[in-house]
Amino acid sequence: MDSVALHKIFAIGSVFEAVIDWLTENLSVVFDIIADVIDALLTGFFNVLMFPHAFIMIALFGAIAWWIAKKGVGIFSLVGFFLIYAMNLWEATMETLALVITSVFIAILIAIPIGIWASKKDTVEAIVRPILDFMQTLPAFVYLIPAVLFFRLGAVPGVVATLIFSMPPAVRLTNLGIRQVPKEIKEASIAFGATNRQMLLKAEIPVAIPTIMAGVNQTIMLALSMVVIAGMIGAGGLGNEVLKGITQLKIDLGFESGIAIVILAIFLDRVTQALGVASQRQEE
Amino acid sequence: MDDNVKIKVENLFKIFGPNPKKAFPLIEKGLERPEILEKTGNVVAVRGVSFEIKKKETFVIMGLSGSGKSTLIRCLNRIIDSTSGKIFIDGKNILEMDKEELRESRRYMMSMVFQHFGLLPHRNVTNNVEFGLEIGGMEKEERNKKALDAIELVGLKGYEKSLPDELSGGMQQRVGLARALANNPEILLMDEAFSALDPLIRNQMQDELLELQAKMHKTIVFITHDLDEALKLGDRILILGPDGTSRQLGTPEEILSEPADEYVAKFVEKVDKTKVITVTSIMRKAPVMTIPKDGPGAASRTMEKNGISSIFVVDSDRYLKGMATIDDTVKLQKKKERDLEPILIRDIYTAYEDTPISDLLATALSTKYPIVVIDKDYRYKGIVDRAAIINEVRDESEDSESPMHFSEMEEGISSHESDNGGK
Repeated sequence: MDSVALHKIFAIGSVFEAVIDWLTENLSVVFDIIADVIDALLTGFFNVLMFPHAFIMIALFGAIAWWIAKKGVGIFSLVGFFLIYAMNLWEATMETLALVITSVFIAILIAIPIGIWASKKDTVEAIVRPILDFMQTLPAFVYLIPAVLFFRLGAVPGVVATLIFSMPPAVRLTNLGIRQVPKEIKEASIAFGATNRQMLLKAEIPVAIPTIMAGVNQTIMLALSMVVIAGMIGAGGLGNEVLKGITQLKIDLGFESGIAIVILAIFLDRVTQALGVASQRQEE
Repeated sequence: MDDNVKIKVENLFKIFGPNPKKAFPLIEKGLERPEILEKTGNVVAVRGVSFEIKKKETFVIMGLSGSGKSTLIRCLNRIIDSTSGKIFIDGKNILEMDKEELRESRRYMMSMVFQHFGLLPHRNVTNNVEFGLEIGGMEKEERNKKALDAIELVGLKGYEKSLPDELSGGMQQRVGLARALANNPEILLMDEAFSALDPLIRNQMQDELLELQAKMHKTIVFITHDLDEALKLGDRILILGPDGTSRQLGTPEEILSEPADEYVAKFVEKVDKTKVITVTSIMRKAPVMTIPKDGPGAASRTMEKNGISSIFVVDSDRYLKGMATIDDTVKLQKKKERDLEPILIRDIYTAYEDTPISDLLATALSTKYPIVVIDKDYRYKGIVDRAAIINEVRDESEDSESPMHFSEMEEGISSHESDNGGK
């Protein structure tokens, strides 16, 4: 039996296709609701980002970076975002930022509870871990296919593909962070009569916060990279500009969009990293 | 049950592993830990331990690593659930408590102090100390007040706003202690509380714990692997063997003077016993004269009969009045005096029953007379001969062999030189 014949039996691809077909046919209502929610969030974030004048936002970004991270990061952000504005990429950048914020917001909403659950139950961890491995090794482009099938083209499938792609580190590091809380801290919580909920909220999560924030930081960076790829399915933003640069051989546009992405990436990375360190010292 | 018993543990077993029940038949057969592990995959951590802890007592559980001591203390507040056995606190079996009852007793009845402190790194000293009260749902203002009291009690005033990692180990453990004391528990569980501290600080913390305990009168369960610490802190000590069984339960003195088996004896060997063995063990009853009933005649007769040259004199309430020597008594008798009072010597030394022998050595060497033992109400209890003190201390120092014979020393020097020469 040659491999062509074998493929008729092991038609994994067609099974996957059949599953997707069944889902699109039978669960279209569910997908429509999801799409509406994502769309609403996305539009909301975008409108907030675009509401003030660009200069006000630039000042705000600079102030946030200065306050949370360091003076250097603040100055870099001021100059960087001004450059983006000067390259006439402001709207595209804000679109991308809105995509990232929406995706990360939903991803964290799903990832952290799963991470906590996995840290508490070994069986959950045993199930979740291979799924995360699978999610992280699957090429980023592959996520676009089902997203397009379920949600057609546009920003919504972009968000869906992004949030799935960027979720694993947040799950992993939440799980890890809580598992790494020193045994005596957990024991102390129990010994003083804490309920499971009190132990989680008052001891475990606060102690694990730096690790969890490292996961969130990675999720944000992955989301940014994926959002650019999602330009291929019409997600908009800087991804679109990069795509235009490639398909129309506009080297200048492609390069400028690339720089805008780098600036945005550095801003998001430094600020969220500093947030992880700062959150440790949060309580009084 | 005896009213004076705070915690009672009956035949407690803790077996870790996939199927603890499988281990019991093997335990009954008397198999040891490694064999049971090999046959069933279970580890017998605590093996049939029973004891009673009295109210307001400092009860030390001592054992080396692997003796199950940390497991045992965690069974008392059910951080670890025991495999079989019973634990009564105030007569109530805590193994039958439901979750709610258990939480209540953890919040208000017993607190725990941990070896590595178990403090929350993101909270300052005050908020760490408040932790237990916060868990119990106390209002912010009230718990803050109680926390500040506890912080002052352990001597951390001025550090209320510091974060744990800004403090030294000793100070961090004070925070741990303050946290445990803040909710005013009846029982204090201390798991190797001072083991992570350096020796000087450890000693200081031990002294402070003794002082605190003299004020607070908690029931303290203290875990340690350090015999000196056990002897210093414990009213009674339970020694666990390397197999998780209990080997001996007794006062420090009982453990030192009558070790129950070879294991305990080997443990005890290295300890400076004179620091722990008290006057009581070498005290003897000597005849005394009671004034005004007894006069010089009775005194000289008693001394002659017992072959002694001096005798102590007490009043009818047995308060010490002084000492009469044979010479003075005979002179008095010749003068036909009736009263012993004028010849009494007051230049004598006294000691309490619980004074360690080592504290008496200097006195024993400087005085000519025996030392009088009195109780806390200053009543006469007996005497300690100088010879007995010196003997006891000499026995001890022979064990530790600090003076070396000159010939051995010469050997040491020559071998040392040859070592150097070889290099």
